[in-house]
Amino acid sequence: MAETAPVLVRLPAQFEGLFPEAPRLLALEAASVAALLAMLDARWPGMRDRIADTSPAIRRHVNIFVNGARGSLDTPLPPGADVFILTAISGG
Amino acid sequence: MMARKVQVLVGTRKGAFIFESDAARHSWSRRGPYCETWPIHHFIADPADGTLYGAGGNAWFGPAVWKSTDQGATWTHSSVGLAYAEGQTGISAVWSLAAAHGRIYAGVEPAGLFVSDDAGDSFAPLSALNDHPTRPQWNPGGAGMILHHIVPNPDNAKELWVAISAAGVFHTDDGGKSFSARNKGTRADFAPEGQREPDVGQCVHGLALAPGGKGRLYQQNHCGMYRSDNGGANWHSIEAGLPSSFGFPAVAHPRDPERVFLFPLNGAEQGRFPKGGRAAVWTSGNAGATWQACTQGLPDNAYFGVLRQAMAADRLEPAGLYIGASNGTLFASADEGESFVTLAENLPTISSIETHSFDG
Repeated sequence: MAETAPVLVRLPAQFEGLFPEAPRLLALEAASVAALLAMLDARWPGMRDRIADTSPAIRRHVNIFVNGARGSLDTPLPPGADVFILTAISGG
Repeated sequence: MMARKVQVLVGTRKGAFIFESDAARHSWSRRGPYCETWPIHHFIADPADGTLYGAGGNAWFGPAVWKSTDQGATWTHSSVGLAYAEGQTGISAVWSLAAAHGRIYAGVEPAGLFVSDDAGDSFAPLSALNDHPTRPQWNPGGAGMILHHIVPNPDNAKELWVAISAAGVFHTDDGGKSFSARNKGTRADFAPEGQREPDVGQCVHGLALAPGGKGRLYQQNHCGMYRSDNGGANWHSIEAGLPSSFGFPAVAHPRDPERVFLFPLNGAEQGRFPKGGRAAVWTSGNAGATWQACTQGLPDNAYFGVLRQAMAADRLEPAGLYIGASNGTLFASADEGESFVTLAENLPTISSIETHSFDG
């Protein structure tokens, strides 16, 4: 059914070092960004804390794009959505 | 029995490094950078089992305590429980660590103290400090409002001291159920006239517990160098004879409670480098009554600083002394500061130095 089609999630490149066992690209069924982060955290403990803070909000220098638009924790995930979790330009 | 190996653990702006030698300390191996090149403000080994812990905070991914149980081959990282209540300013970084009596303590920014009873996998707040009634009077120092020193009493699991910039020294002797300010006798020269010896608000930079079990502490402050002989209840200036009243680290000798090492800088508003560009450790063998400069092997024309956690002694005989400079140079002495060699150059800015002495 289209309503339960998984979303396609791309994790940040830095997660290769932070979570060596996690793939860069994966499919999950989640209804919102917050639900997606909870599912990622269940599979790879600690992953949510790297993406979101305790406000709670997506971290200031991390962006989550849902079908090309920047989202927040509340953003719904349509079936089959493309989700990119990316680091913003930062540092020195 | 004398330990046969020593590790110098170096926390830097871009990862953590380990230097290792036998007891002679003539030949060193180097490995790193670890912790995915995160800024690592403090890097320690649990003296009980050698487990490595790194305190960090990354601009993208937030605060974490890194951990390796296999000498750096593999790492985990956790910030479980490192949080204030929803709606409060979030924790940006972990700044200090201590492993003592089976517990791991973590000091964070904005200043607070957390403790782990599962070897760093999760943390719980020590609310008596984090919600201290004086907290509205705490102010950020140059690096933010950070808890940068955790000093456990090796002989009493319920007692420890912490240092917060700029709030001062706090003490508990009931396992963290209560904390009291321990700043009497230390100055806040930056405060208005008549308010320069407050109960809290002092800018402590370095804090060290002398051996001997008699409650002797040494402190490097933004405004002076101090000694306490009663667990911080009263502090006395020991800055007479030193080139300035400003610096960051304070290091106690591992066995001699009279011996202390400082690295004075020219002044808070004068560039914060060694006075006249002459790098020197200053040491006292009589608890701060008189001082001698240790310069052999340290450079002239030196315009670096040494940060608050970036000097440490090892536990070998004679004691080694290690200095991590802000320009990424690591200096080592195997003779209690009499002479130094350059152990490494061109590291990232060094935030912290710790040592781990062990049989291996």
